[in-house]
Amino acid sequence: MKIEILGNSDTRSGFGAGLSYLGEINPNVVALCADLTGSLKMNDFRDLYPERFFQVGIAEANMMGIAAGMTIGGKIPFTGTFANFSTSRVYDQVRQSIAYSNKNVKICASHAGLTLGEDGATHQVLEDIGMMKMLPGMTVINPCDYNQTKAATIAIADHKGPVYLRFGRPKVPIFIPENIPFEIGKALTIQEGTDVTIFATGHLVWEAVEAAKVLSNEGYSVELINIHTIKPLDNESILRSVAKTKCVVTAEEHQVAGGMGESISQLLAKNNPTPIEFVAVNDQFGESGKPADLMKKYGLHFTNIIDAVHRVLKRK
Amino acid sequence: MKEEYLKNFASQVRRDIVRMVHAQNSGHPGGSLGCVEYFTALYNEIMNYNTNFNMDGKNEDLFFLSNGHISPVYYSTLARCGYFPISELSTFRKIDSRLQGHPTTHEGLPGVRIASGSLGQGLSVAIGAATSKKLNNDNSIVYTLHGDGELQEGQIWEAAMYASAKKIDNLISTIDYNGRQIDGDVDDVLTLGNLESKWIAFGWKTLECDGNNMKDVVNTLHQAKSLTGNGQPIMIIMKTEMGFGVDYMMGSHKWHGVAPNDEQLENALNQLEETHGDF
Repeated sequence: MKIEILGNSDTRSGFGAGLSYLGEINPNVVALCADLTGSLKMNDFRDLYPERFFQVGIAEANMMGIAAGMTIGGKIPFTGTFANFSTSRVYDQVRQSIAYSNKNVKICASHAGLTLGEDGATHQVLEDIGMMKMLPGMTVINPCDYNQTKAATIAIADHKGPVYLRFGRPKVPIFIPENIPFEIGKALTIQEGTDVTIFATGHLVWEAVEAAKVLSNEGYSVELINIHTIKPLDNESILRSVAKTKCVVTAEEHQVAGGMGESISQLLAKNNPTPIEFVAVNDQFGESGKPADLMKKYGLHFTNIIDAVHRVLKRK
Repeated sequence: MKEEYLKNFASQVRRDIVRMVHAQNSGHPGGSLGCVEYFTALYNEIMNYNTNFNMDGKNEDLFFLSNGHISPVYYSTLARCGYFPISELSTFRKIDSRLQGHPTTHEGLPGVRIASGSLGQGLSVAIGAATSKKLNNDNSIVYTLHGDGELQEGQIWEAAMYASAKKIDNLISTIDYNGRQIDGDVDDVLTLGNLESKWIAFGWKTLECDGNNMKDVVNTLHQAKSLTGNGQPIMIIMKTEMGFGVDYMMGSHKWHGVAPNDEQLENALNQLEETHGDF
């Protein structure tokens, strides 16, 4: 894949655009929001399809239950609120009424992770991937830029079953070409290499692109794979790459416990034990600050990925 | 004729309940017995449904049990109305059964459209299903049942506020107001205060009935049906006696989740006529 910056936008806007597109092509798609329509970029859907938009107020538990009920009769509900309020606040509702009941609900979650910024740790959920991937039958997706988020939003409408779609607030480079199809559960190879594999998800994919540039200049051949779907994990692509490179760095805006790196390390421990380093938040809550400053402070910067690659290469 | 049928149906459901709970020495007989008239009326007199089960339930009335622990009365009613073989009641709470301790869609039991057990979630789900019906121009009605203790869950009140604000008027909810919960009387654990005033304040049309008087249950449900489509959700506050029909189980919270022993089963069955044949 040729990497070039195609623009700059927030992933939540990709969600908003994808949702509006779905509104046009699929009359069964309905959207619910818990008083964060603007933050989730659901305004266009609300204005274009008011009869299929449901403002539930600040009552996320009720929203999850209503969404579960709306599937009975064939609707495809997309719920919209912050990632924290889409997961930890409503875990039992998601578990019983959606996951265990196998309802076709799309839980769409913005402002995930540290890059939510100034609002601080109350809102910066870093445990959501872990919570959601533990639920049997739940698909977990964390796209990396505007284009991929838009494509993922459109793709999940055709997937039967509950989905957790995680995206964020800050403007980040757009670099996934629009014509790349989004396949749930299929890893996307951004760059091929032979010395080390970096598996990255969400906002950390761009950081990994920057890291790979520096590492290439240092003479390393880096394979960069975008794991946009954390569950189901693309075991085949991961094992194929690791068989070649024999060492791994994972990068994500999440706690190291419960994250994508944990899923990959489990896969490798069972099938091909391999040196692995994790770029993730290490058992800490975040804090208020500018997103870029927080990413540096908590070790999610591209320089942290470079350091992790140096460490893991020594363990090979 | 019809009255006789309902009476006999109820007696058989009560036998099923105590026999199911006894067989596995596990389950919730008290609330189940108290709601037999409601289930009997709903599934024999009130709802329009298709036992050739389809999850979407288009153009049929839907029922959601929010207080899932009274699964024995639900399962017995579903089986006796033709959703699945009556013999399957003997698998209740046993391994590899579709009749889980609390109702679920997971094992594909016909008649069940949502998992319930963790309390307070069913009203939201029913609102969703009722909304889906409106979007589909389907004039059928959605019914729910809740425990009174369950009303201590906050989500109920989120849903209560939403249903009236958004005029969900194809919804008839009922509270099993038996005044008891696991730890004792609801008034002692966490009183509900003036329950009817609460629902009125939340914008619901309220009705009251004697939940162990079949005629009153049938009439109240018919009245509730006639009130749908008027821009308001409807709540029936249904007074029941936990354990109704088995004398030693009545008047106490102690039979909320305890199974009768062999002797107690015998005693209970002597009080309940076998009308439709035991499973």
